Amino acid sequence: MQLASRLTDYWVTRFKRVWKGTIFTSFLTPFLYLAAMGVGLGSFIDDNAGPAALGGITYLAFIGPGLLATTAMQTGIFESTYPVMGGFKWHGYYFSMAASPLTPSDIVAGHLTFIGFRIFAACGVFLAVLAGFGALESWWGALVALAVSVLVGLAHATPMVGLTSRMQSEAGFALVFRLGLMPMFLFSGAFFPITQLPSAITWLAYLTPIWHGVDLTRMLTLGSIDTATALLHFGYLLACVVAGWFYAVSGFAKRLAL
Amino acid sequence: MVSARGLRKSYGDFEAVKGIDVEVGKGEAFGFLGPNGAGKSSTMRMIAAVSPLTSGSLQILGMDPALQGSQIRARLGICPQEDTLDNELSVFENLAVYGRYFGMSRRESASRTHELLDFVQLSDRAKAKVETLSGGMKRRLTVARSLVNSPDLLLLDEPTTGLDPQARHQLWDRLFRLKQQGVTLVLTTHYMDEAEQLCDRLVVMDKGVIVAGGSPAELIVEHSTREVTELRFGVGEHEAMAAKVGDLAERVEVLPDRLLLYTDDGEAAAVAVHDRGLRPISSLVRRATLEDVFLHLTGRSLVD
Repeated sequence: MQLASRLTDYWVTRFKRVWKGTIFTSFLTPFLYLAAMGVGLGSFIDDNAGPAALGGITYLAFIGPGLLATTAMQTGIFESTYPVMGGFKWHGYYFSMAASPLTPSDIVAGHLTFIGFRIFAACGVFLAVLAGFGALESWWGALVALAVSVLVGLAHATPMVGLTSRMQSEAGFALVFRLGLMPMFLFSGAFFPITQLPSAITWLAYLTPIWHGVDLTRMLTLGSIDTATALLHFGYLLACVVAGWFYAVSGFAKRLAL
Repeated sequence: MVSARGLRKSYGDFEAVKGIDVEVGKGEAFGFLGPNGAGKSSTMRMIAAVSPLTSGSLQILGMDPALQGSQIRARLGICPQEDTLDNELSVFENLAVYGRYFGMSRRESASRTHELLDFVQLSDRAKAKVETLSGGMKRRLTVARSLVNSPDLLLLDEPTTGLDPQARHQLWDRLFRLKQQGVTLVLTTHYMDEAEQLCDRLVVMDKGVIVAGGSPAELIVEHSTREVTELRFGVGEHEAMAAKVGDLAERVEVLPDRLLLYTDDGEAAAVAVHDRGLRPISSLVRRATLEDVFLHLTGRSLVD
C-alpha cells in the first residue's frame, strides 16, 4: 500500500476532466431534497404534529443530518460501481497500473482515496446548502459531521468496490441499486425514526451501516451526543471499512492476476 | 534476463501452458511464435510478473516474481496485447501519469514523455484525446508508454496485430532501433514475417508446448527445404493431384486452396510438373519461411 501516493497524478488528472460537468448538479440535488422534504413536508409535519413529536426539533433539523449521511452513502456506492467496472472493462486503467511496480492494494488504496475525496466534496456541498437553509447549529458540529460522512461513505464504498471487482457485467448494478441502495436509503432513519417500523425490520435496519451513520451524524449536528452509542456507531462503521478493504483487495488481486 | 524451467499455467481444468523451458539473454530479441491459443500470452503475463505460475520455476532479471514482483515490474516495459490506454486522457497525460507509477518526479516524467512522443512520432498529437487516435497510433503510444521507465527488458504481446502494413513497418522500425540500443526484447506474434524481421532467436509454440526453437534461419534449414513450389489447381482437385506429383519433391503438403512442394530446386519441380502434362491454374516458386516450418511441425497454418 506504500506506493499508492504515486497514483495521485492519475486521479487528479481524471478529476480535472470531469469536475466542471458535475458542479451544478451537485448543488441542485441537495437543494431540491431539502426544499421538498425539509421545508415542504417539514412545515406540514411541524404545523400538525408540533416540535414535541421529534423531541423538540424541526423536521428540517431532523432530516438534514440524515440526508447528509445518505448522500455520503450514495456517493460512496455510485463511485464504486461504474468507475470501478470501467477500470477493468472499458478503460483498462487498473491493468496498466498492475503492469507497474504498484500492487493490488496500492491500486485499491489509490482509488478509495479518490472516492473518499468525492464523498468529502459531495458532503461539503450538502452542508453548504444546509447552511443556506439556516439549519446548521454550529460550525464545529458541521466539520465533525463532514469527517464522519467520509467514514460513512467509505463504509459503503469499500465493500462495493470489492463486489464490483467480482462482477463481470454492469447489469448487476441495477439490482444493487434497487435491492440494496434504495431500501437502505428509505429505511435508514433519515426520514423517520426507524422505531416506527415493525420490530423485525427495525432490527434489520440496525444491521445496516447507514443507520449507524445517520444516527451518529444526527447526534453530532444536534449536539445531543451519547458517548457510548456514538462509539458503537463509530466502531461499527470502521469495522465495515476494514472488512470491505480486505474484500476489495482480494477481489482486485484475483482479477488482476489472470 | 529470463529463465524458465517446466513453466506451467492452468485456468481451472484448462492447461494453457504445459511445461516450457525458456532462456533469454541480455540484449537478445526473443520471440514466441504460434497461433492464437498456443499459450503465448499466458507465458508473457507470467514473465511480466503479473500472473502467478501454476508450477515450475521462473526467474526474471534474477528475481522471483512470486516474492519480488514489484521490484521486477519496476524494470520491465510491458506492452499488452490490448491497449490499456485511458481513452479519456490526452496522449501526453497517458504517458506523464504512467511515469509517476514508477516513482519518477513530475518533471522527469514530463521530459521523458516528450522524448518518447518524439520517438514514436506522436509529438503533434500530444494534446489529442486517446480515443481520437488510429489503431496504429494507439499501438505506438502503448509502446512508448512501456518505455517510460527505460526498461531493461521490454515485453511485447502481439505488437502489430490489427495494424495496416504501413503502421506495422513504422512500429518495426522503432522496435529495431530499440534493439540496436541494446534493449532486450521478448515478443509474441503469430506473424512469421514479424518473427523473421525482429527475432534473433525464437521458439515455436503450439497447444501450450514448445515444438521447436532456434534462429529463424536455423529453423528453416532444420524443418523445411530451401524452396517451395506452390501449385493451385481447381477446387477439390488438390488431393488427387498430390498423388500425381508426390515423387517430385521431398514432401508435399495439401492445403484447401493449393499444393506445396518442398524441394531444394523449386524451378525444376515446376518444370517437371509441366512435363507430366499437368496444368495448374497458377504456380509460384518461393523461398521457405517460418510459415512452412510451422506447417511442417503442426500440420496447421499460423493464421487460420
